[in-house]
Amino acid sequence: MALIRLREPLKRLADGRAEHTLAGATVIDLLRELERGRPPLAGWILDERGRVRRHINVFVNGELAGADTAVADHDRVDVIPAISGGSR
Amino acid sequence: MTELVVGTRKGLFVLDGEPGGFSVGARAFAGESVEYGIRDPRSGRLFAAVTSPFYGPKLFFSDDAGGDWEQATGIALPEGGEHALNRIWVIAPGEEDGTLYAGGDPGVLFESRDGGETWELNRALWEEPTRSRWQPGGGGLCLHSIVTWPGEPQRLAIGISAAGVWLTDDGGSSWRMGNEGLVARYLPDEVAEFVPEGPPDQIALCVHRVQRARRQPERMFLQFHGGVYRSDNAGESWSEIGDGLPSDFGFPLALDPADPDSAYVIPLTADLDRVTPEGNVRVYETRDAGSSWTARGEGLPAEHSYLTILREAFDSTGEGDGLELYFGATSGEVFGSRDAGASWFTVSPRLAPVLSVSAP
Repeated sequence: MALIRLREPLKRLADGRAEHTLAGATVIDLLRELERGRPPLAGWILDERGRVRRHINVFVNGELAGADTAVADHDRVDVIPAISGGSR
Repeated sequence: MTELVVGTRKGLFVLDGEPGGFSVGARAFAGESVEYGIRDPRSGRLFAAVTSPFYGPKLFFSDDAGGDWEQATGIALPEGGEHALNRIWVIAPGEEDGTLYAGGDPGVLFESRDGGETWELNRALWEEPTRSRWQPGGGGLCLHSIVTWPGEPQRLAIGISAAGVWLTDDGGSSWRMGNEGLVARYLPDEVAEFVPEGPPDQIALCVHRVQRARRQPERMFLQFHGGVYRSDNAGESWSEIGDGLPSDFGFPLALDPADPDSAYVIPLTADLDRVTPEGNVRVYETRDAGSSWTARGEGLPAEHSYLTILREAFDSTGEGDGLELYFGATSGEVFGSRDAGASWFTVSPRLAPVLSVSAP
């Protein structure tokens, strides 16, 4: 089981909890499980194609990860909006 | 007292007031890009289309702008496909109680039958056989105009940039193009004028805004990507009516519901210079169905004013002598008229860049 950590506004949509312990072999597996079990969160991290939204970064144990990055028991997975902007 | 619902790059603003005295009654979604906001006059419910750069497009509703907002469900494309919803462009009340429509990118229409809480994708348009040939405009493949037919809920016209006008007579179960007569100057001469059964390139029709005359529903007006048009047969075919304007390029369009011969446009210089011509902010009015146009600018900035007014940022309320017109610019100003455009006042001089203005 890995530990997923969320910040606002995702935390608010995920039962108001910042930390969620979930099972999954990869980042995308964990995120699917996260959204599936918390309907208000559906579509906020993953789009309809099942992809992680472009400006959301996922870190596993502090390292930037991809959708297919493997996740092991006790890993820490942070879901954090990317630093973006400057265009408007 | 007039209420304006203004979508901006930095949140939704609800403005209340009268000439010389508008104020911000509420602000919601601070810092977020609110592409469109509207209050459904039937229910009083407010809607806001919000696109987060992080979390994607969402539709929210509330009965109190300053209170809690709830996310509507069903505003999404089919899961597991190759496309994702990019933006919600417009929300329009339908003709039947509780029915609303929403248009979005990539050229999609959603319908709600419960006052806007749950929504469903219009499958016929989504599966339209020509869809693979539709081309996005600079703002994406946006379904930006949803035009109902008073008293006939099965009849609907929509405008998509750049896939032209589409018509349905069966409540959206089937769609057909309504583009005959439109001339796309940005295409080669051989395919510039749309004709039925023409080559595939002709579908690349950059419609900017469509409106219908409420008292004569067969009469419609259209602002094109170069060209202003009128239809007298419910959008089946179009005639150009832009002569007399300083430029026939622009985005927004408003009508006086009391007068089927009326239309208001806000010309911009050209597609490569999208600002008010010669630094002079003017709304142009026709009262003879486009045979002639009159500049309406008393009270508007007359020099050194290079404003951009987007397609959803112009709306009207009332009719006839009581027609009120309101528009906002990407530079943050909102202007209004309470005498059908004869004179104008500043509603708000310094909002965030205005994306939409709705006067319920």
